[in-house]
Amino acid sequence: MINNLWLHPGLILLAGALVLPLVKGRLFRPYLLLVPVLAFGAVLMMPQGGYGVVPFLEWDLTFGRVDRLSLVFAYIMTLMCIIGTLYGLHVDNPFEMAAAWIYVAGSLGVIFAGDFLVLFLFWEVMAFSSVFLVWFRDRPESVWAGFRYLLVHAAGGMVLLAGIVLLYHATGDLGFHQLDVTRPTLPIYLILIGFILNAAVPPLHAWLPDAYGEATVSGAVFMCAFTTKTAVYALARGFAGMEILIPLGVVMALYGVVYAVLENDARRLLAYHIISQVGYMVAGVGIGTELAINGACAHAFAHILYKGLLFMGVGSVLYMTGKSRFTDLGGLYSRMPRAFVFTLIGGLSISAFPLFSGFVSKSMIVAAGFDDHLYWAAFLLTLASAGTFLHTGLKVPYFIWFGKNHCTKDTWEKAEDPPVHMQLAMGIAAFLCIFIGVYTPYLYDMLPYAAVYKPYTAYHVTESLQILLFTALGFFVFLKKLTPKPVISLDMDWFYRMGGRVFLLGAKKGMDYLSVRAQQYLGQALPRSLNKFSQSGPARLSLLLIRPLWYLTGVPVKGPDGVEKRFTDTFNQSLFTIGSSAVFIILVLMVLLFFVT
Amino acid sequence: MILDLIEFLRHRLKRVIQVCCVILVLLVGFDALLLDKGKAHTAAENMWGFWALFGFVSCVVIIFVSKWFGKLGITRREDYYDQ
Repeated sequence: MINNLWLHPGLILLAGALVLPLVKGRLFRPYLLLVPVLAFGAVLMMPQGGYGVVPFLEWDLTFGRVDRLSLVFAYIMTLMCIIGTLYGLHVDNPFEMAAAWIYVAGSLGVIFAGDFLVLFLFWEVMAFSSVFLVWFRDRPESVWAGFRYLLVHAAGGMVLLAGIVLLYHATGDLGFHQLDVTRPTLPIYLILIGFILNAAVPPLHAWLPDAYGEATVSGAVFMCAFTTKTAVYALARGFAGMEILIPLGVVMALYGVVYAVLENDARRLLAYHIISQVGYMVAGVGIGTELAINGACAHAFAHILYKGLLFMGVGSVLYMTGKSRFTDLGGLYSRMPRAFVFTLIGGLSISAFPLFSGFVSKSMIVAAGFDDHLYWAAFLLTLASAGTFLHTGLKVPYFIWFGKNHCTKDTWEKAEDPPVHMQLAMGIAAFLCIFIGVYTPYLYDMLPYAAVYKPYTAYHVTESLQILLFTALGFFVFLKKLTPKPVISLDMDWFYRMGGRVFLLGAKKGMDYLSVRAQQYLGQALPRSLNKFSQSGPARLSLLLIRPLWYLTGVPVKGPDGVEKRFTDTFNQSLFTIGSSAVFIILVLMVLLFFVT
Repeated sequence: MILDLIEFLRHRLKRVIQVCCVILVLLVGFDALLLDKGKAHTAAENMWGFWALFGFVSCVVIIFVSKWFGKLGITRREDYYDQ
C-alpha cells in the first residue's frame, strides 16, 4: 500500500494495533496516543491523487483514491480516533483498543477505496473488528447483542457482495464511482441495500441501538462515529441524487425521534438519535445538489464530534456509576458538574443551536431541501430537529443531572466527575463543537464542493431560536409526560430475536414429530410388512401359479373350507416355509440388484 | 464554579422562569416587528411567530404521537426478552 511515498493512514492503525498487545509498562499509554496522532498526521500531509494501486489477478486494485470527498471524512475520522483513544486511556485490555483501531482502519480503508473489491474487504473488516467492542463489555447481554450485530452485518455484507459481483458481471468495471441512479438495476439496488444497512435505515436499523447500548464505555464512542458515517460517505460517493433516499432519510429522522421519546436507557436514546441524524445526511445525499452533498459531509463531520461527545458524557456516568438508565439516575449535577456541561454542549450542538456545530451543518441540508422545492421533506426534517432538542438537548441532561433523584446510595457515592483523560477528551470535542459553530470557514473550506452557504442570517437565527426555545417551552409544559419509565421498546430486532425462538421451537417440535414418526414407520411398520412379505411371499407366488388350475378343476377356492386356505395353512406349517422364504428373499434381492446396477 | 452557577440559578428559579418567558416574548416580538422576511421559503412563514408555533406544535405532536405509538404494544416490561 506504499506507493509514491504515500502511506495509508489505515495501515498505520493496523500495524499499531498488531504491535499494541506487545507494548507493556510505562510505554503503553504514550504509545496509545502516538499511533492515532501519526494516522492523523498522515491524513493532514496527504496530497490529492490516486495511490496504492496493487495488481491482483486481472484487476488493478486502488487502495488510495484521495480527493476532497475522501479527505474530509478521513480528517474527521482520524481526529475522532485520537479523541476516542484519549477517552479510553484507562482501558487496560490492549485488545479492546486494538479492535477499535482496526475498526477505524476499516473505515479509512473504505473511505480511500477506489474500487468495490477493496471497499468490500474493508467493509467486512469494520464489522468483524467492531463486534469486539460490544463483546468486551463482558455481560451475557452484550455477548448476544454482539452476535446479533455480527449476523446482521454479515447478511448485509453478502447482499453488498452479490450486488458488486452482478455489477461487475454486467459492466466489467469494478471502479467505485457515482452509479447510474436514474435507471437503477438489480445490482445497484443490492449495493444500495448493503450501504443503507450500515447507515441504519429502517427497517434495517435495529442492530444500532441493540449493539451500541451494550458496547463498552469507550467502544460506544468509537462505534457511534464510524459505521454509519462510512456508509454516508459510500452513499455520497455512489448514490448522490438517488431520489428514494430523500423519503428514507426523512423517515429515519422521524423514526429515531419517536423511539427516543420511549427510551429509558440514555445510551440507547443517543443511539436512536444517531439514526435520526444520519437521516438528515441520507436525505442530503438523496437531494444530491452540491449544497446538499456539502451539507451531508458537513453534518457527518459535526455529528462525529458531537455524538462522540454525547456518548463520552453519558459514558462517563456509566463508567463512574455503572448506570445508564434514567430511572436509576437523576439529580447528579452536584456530583458530576463537568460531565453535565460537556454533555450539554453536545446536546446543544446536535440540536443545531446557533453558535454550535449542528447549526452550521444541519441547516445546509434543510436549506438544500427548500432550494429544491422539497417543502415536505424540509418541514419534516425541521420537525425532527425539534424532537432532537427535546430529547438529546433537554431530556438527557435533565433526567440525569436534574429531575427526580433515583440514585441508590451506592450510585450517589460512586458518582463524581470522571478521570482527567476523559475530561480532556470531552473538552477537546466540546471545543471543536463550538469552534465549528463559531468559525465556519474551518469546516466549510474542507467540503468537497464550492457551494456557498451562510448560516448566520438574521432570518435563520431567529427561525432556529424560535423553534428551539418553543420546543423547550413544550418540554417543561409536558415534563410529566416525558418522565422516563422502566420499560423497553420493541423494534425490528424483535423479528430476528423472536424469529430465532420460533425457529428453535419449530426445530424442536419438528424433530420430536420426526422422531416419533420414524419410530412408528421405520422401526415398527416397515419391518413388520417386510417380515410378512418374506414369510408369505413363496405361498402367494405358488398360489399365483396354482389358482388357475383349481378354477379349471372346479373345486371351491375361496371361503373357510376352500382349497386356498388349506393350501396356505399347510404351507405355513411345513418346514418347507423356512427354506422357501430364504430362497425367495435371495431371489428378490437379486432382482433388486439387477435393476439397481 | 459550574456548581456555584447552577446553585445560583436554582435558588432564583422563579426569576429564571420569568426571564425565559420574557425572552420568548421578545423573540416573537422581534419576528413580528423587525425581522426582514425576504429569506422566507414559503408564504406561510410570513405569519408572525410562525416558527415559534411550528416548534411548539412539533414538540406536542412528537410527544403525543410517540406515546400513542408506544401504547400500541411497542413498550414492554424490561424482562420481555428474558421470558
